[in-house]
Formats: sequence, structure tokens, C-alpha cells
Amino acid sequence: MRFLKVVLALFVLAGLGFGGFLVFAHRPAIEAAAAPRPDWFDDALVARGAELAAIGNCSSCHTVEGGPALAGGRALRTPFGTIYGTNITPDPDTGIGRWPKEAFARAMRDGVDRAGEHLYPAFPYDHFTRLTDRDIDALYAYLMTRTPVHDTAPANDLPFPLGFRPLLAGWKLLFFRPGRFEPDASATAEVNHGAYLVESLAHCGACHTPRNALGAEETERRFAGGTSDGWIAPALTTRNPAPVPWTAEALARYLKQGFDRHHGAASGPMIEVARNLSRVPDQDVAAMARYVAQSVGEPSRERAEAARSLLAELAEPGPASTTGTAGAAAPGRDPIYAGACGGCHDAAREIVHALPLSLVTAARLDSPANLLRAVLEGVHPRDRTAGPLMPGFDGALTDEQIVQVTQHVRTAIAGEPAWDDVAGMLRRIRTGDASDSGGDAR
Amino acid sequence: MITLTINGTRHDVSSDPATPLLYVLRDELGLHGAKYGCGFGQCGACTVMVDGRAVYSCVTPVAALPGREIKTVEGLGTIDSPGPMQRAFMDEQAAQCGYCIPGMMMRAQALLEQNPAAGEQDIRDHLQANLCRCGTHMRILAAVQRAADLMRSAGDGGPSPVTTGAVR
Repeated sequence: MRFLKVVLALFVLAGLGFGGFLVFAHRPAIEAAAAPRPDWFDDALVARGAELAAIGNCSSCHTVEGGPALAGGRALRTPFGTIYGTNITPDPDTGIGRWPKEAFARAMRDGVDRAGEHLYPAFPYDHFTRLTDRDIDALYAYLMTRTPVHDTAPANDLPFPLGFRPLLAGWKLLFFRPGRFEPDASATAEVNHGAYLVESLAHCGACHTPRNALGAEETERRFAGGTSDGWIAPALTTRNPAPVPWTAEALARYLKQGFDRHHGAASGPMIEVARNLSRVPDQDVAAMARYVAQSVGEPSRERAEAARSLLAELAEPGPASTTGTAGAAAPGRDPIYAGACGGCHDAAREIVHALPLSLVTAARLDSPANLLRAVLEGVHPRDRTAGPLMPGFDGALTDEQIVQVTQHVRTAIAGEPAWDDVAGMLRRIRTGDASDSGGDAR
Repeated sequence: MITLTINGTRHDVSSDPATPLLYVLRDELGLHGAKYGCGFGQCGACTVMVDGRAVYSCVTPVAALPGREIKTVEGLGTIDSPGPMQRAFMDEQAAQCGYCIPGMMMRAQALLEQNPAAGEQDIRDHLQANLCRCGTHMRILAAVQRAADLMRSAGDGGPSPVTTGAVR
């Protein structure tokens, strides 16, 4: 009897605990409002909202490639399952048309939708919580003046029990720290503006900061490097391995134009970031670049010296520059490298502007993922209708040759120790099983 | 010495192994079908097939090709007996200056061998990589659709020109 009583008591306690948790996790619904009319909003506010939405990269998750803007449905593959971006057009039934501004602000700052459901942190409210009231207003004005699209995103594909949203209240308790941005009194206005944009709306850390086992950013390792959609997002700290250290000016060019001549083209998920930032005023991008450059820090004297000599070496016309398109092998050069890569990357062909591979960050990362992806898929410009900057070599080269040429760039050109298991990474990329791209990336 | 298998025939070539296939085809083997357009994989005029896939021969070194099946436009048929892809391009009069056409045909051939049921959008997407400065795109599109019909009615997605070159 005594045993039964204990079991009963435990059940009651567990039930109370669960009930208590549900009470703790509960958020009230916010009543639906009439869909706002576009002429309710000030034009200047809508225009600033458009710029802010570009900085926030909203369309990257909320627009299907080639589909109607912001209507949702884009699949975001995470290590926990697939989450679909929702429809954030002002459609009253399937979008956010009947969300009053308080509901929008609560979603952005607390990760709770109008109905009171907790949102998955794939939606970066851990960053958006830092936004000012004014910017929330502008984003709301922008979204509410878009063309409504009647469409519902597919249901998320998450393993049990992650589909149970009240659990997210526990996640938030552990990892989510709501609150507005606090400027640094000792920093310049420009750096503070950049810090505000980078840490809130632009949510750079969502990819460039590593995440823990439960998918939360490890805030004490801010910008130490992370992953995004199978690509490595390099560290934005002193550990950034770019052969020519980043400066605020180079970063601003790269962010705004998608290309910098000492660092190459934005690739993978960063293409869309650059595409969006091309529509943002220069002073916003410059401020973001200034703040990120401060995070990257001044290079050590050795690194700065190494970069100077690398650039000086490249400025001298070497024997490779005379080979033109024929890709004739310089002694010791891998013939596949020389014919497939050297014709552009080693030749002084003004028309091509191919980055010398000694300057490529992808060859200096701990994981070969980015370099492999560039070889496989090519390098693409921001303009979707333009041809590739570099063609993909998938099919032209066998997998064995792709591994060989990737390793050649790593060792003979970047001068780094060979990567382990490039073939394994290539296999994982091919099977779509490389979402983490090789663990602790930088 | 590198041995290449081109349109089913083995060739020993003496060019430097780093030489892109295009120059070996044209300069050493006298196969002038593949064209030099840009020389850096941007225009598609040099497209050939390797192991069934369309590749830019101007950036594919012969060192990468021993033991692999290379097919050029000469492998699709002959003047007397054009293959279905060639037949369709003639029937649709898809060439204006014609410089891009061998590359177009080879990329389209690779698509239809892989997906004989390819529809208009598939063809548009797949041929994106090949440029035509004359602007005959609509005719090229029609020609590839016609080739797909011809191949489907022949009941064979990848006819070898030697045996099935004549289209009935």
C-alpha cells in the first residue's frame, strides 16, 4: 500500500509539474484586428521599412525561390528538422493581415505569434528583440503594405516531441534574453549604429556564431564561426582566416557589392545577404562593416606582413601569367588544377577577374565544405539572371578528381595541411547530409 | 600520351595533360564541332558530353578524361545521316550564324538522354548555361522539343548515330 501511495504521489506531482509548465508556457492570443489599409502608413516609414527588411534578410526565409515575395514556404533545414518560413504578407487568412502591431512586435521581440503560440528560434527573435520601437513600426508598415498572397506554408517536419510548441518556453527560459539594444557609451555613433543593426536586425550571429546542442547561439563565443545550409560561415573574430585581413572598407564593399578583389565573391547563403544589402543605404552598410571589422580586429604584425608579401608576389607577373587559356602546366602543378582552374585563376586575364586562389578564405577553413561546394556548383553572382562567375565542375571532373584538386588548392596553393576525409565531406554534400559541415567551423 | 575515347573511338593524344579538351579536339584531332567562345566556361559554345553530362570542354583538361566517354556533336550523326537532335535543329531552322549550335545540341542531348520526358521549362532551365547572340532562342527551344518527340517516337533516348542515325 505504501508503495502504491508513493507512486500515486509521484504521478500527482508530475501532473502538477506538467500543468504548471503549461501555465508557465501559456501566452494569451492577441485579438485579430481589421487588416490595415495601405494608406494608413506614412510613405517615408514604408520606405525605411523596405531598407530594414533588406537588412533583416526577411525574404531569405519567407520567400520561395522564384515565388511571390514574402508568401512563405521556403524550407529551412536545421539539425532538428525542416522548418518552413511562414506567409508574412498582409493576407488576412493565411498571412499576418489581421495582426495588430502589438502582435507583430510580440512576435519580433518575444517569439510568440498572434494566437499565442511560441515560435521556433529559426526565426531569430533572439536578435530581433533588440530592435527599437521605431524600426518595428517601419517593418510593420512595410509588411502591411505588400501585396497580400493567399498561401499557407507546408507544416514543419520535426521529430517528436519538437512539434509541441510549449516546450519552446523551456528553451527560452534557458537561452533567450529579451531586451532592447544597449549602445556602448565608449564607441562612436557609427560603431553603435553598426552594432545595433548587426546584433538585431541583420542577425549575423545566427550563422557566424556557433550553436550549442539545443540550437542556441553560444553567446560567449560570439562570431567564432558557424554554419548555414551546409556552408561554413567563417569566424568574424581574430580567428578569421582570410589571407588578406578584412578591413571595414573591404567588408563594406563585399557586403554591398557581393565582391571584394582580395576576398572574392559572396557565396552560398551570403549571396542573398549581399543581394539584399545592395538595396540598403551606404551609411548603414558602412556602419555594419565598421562594427564587424572591429570584431575581426587588427591583424597581428606577422599576418599583416604575410598579406603584404602575398599581394606583392601576385602583383609581379609570374610564369603562370603567360599561359593564357591553354592552361599549360607549370612544373609541379597538378595538370587537372592547371587546366581546370589555372586558366582563369593563375592567368593575367583582365577580363576574368578570377581571384588568385592563394587569397581564397575557403581554402583556409578547417572544413573543405565551402571549397568543395564552389568546385561542384560554381560561383554565382548576386544577379539571378546573370551567368555564373565560375562554372561548376560537377560532371566535368569525377569525384576523385574533385577531391584531388580541392586538396591541391589546400596544400600547394594555400600552403595549409591537407584536410582529413575530403571524399567523405563530398559524399555528405551529395547526399544532402552536410548541414553541419564538419563540426566546429571557422 | 593520353588516350581519349571520343564518339566511341580511341585516340592517343600528345598534348600537355593540362590542355583543355577543346584545343585537343580542334587542333590535334581536327574535330571542329565544339567552338571556342569565351575560353572560361561562360558561354557554352564548347559544350561536349562526358559520361553523359554536358561539360565545358574549354575548362576541362584532358588529364581528367582518360577512361571516360566523350561525345561531341560529330557523334550525334553525319551529314548524310543526321541524328534526331541534328535533324530537329535543321527542321526548325534553329541556326542563324550557327556558332553556338553545337554546344546547344550537346547540352540538349545530355538533358534528353537523362530525362527523355523533359518539358519546355526543363529545357529552358537546362540550356540557361548556353548563350546565343543571334537571338534564335525560340527556334532552339522548338528544335529541342522536336528532338525530344523524335527520340520518344524512336523509343530510344540516346540513339547511336551509327545504328539509328536515320530517322524514320
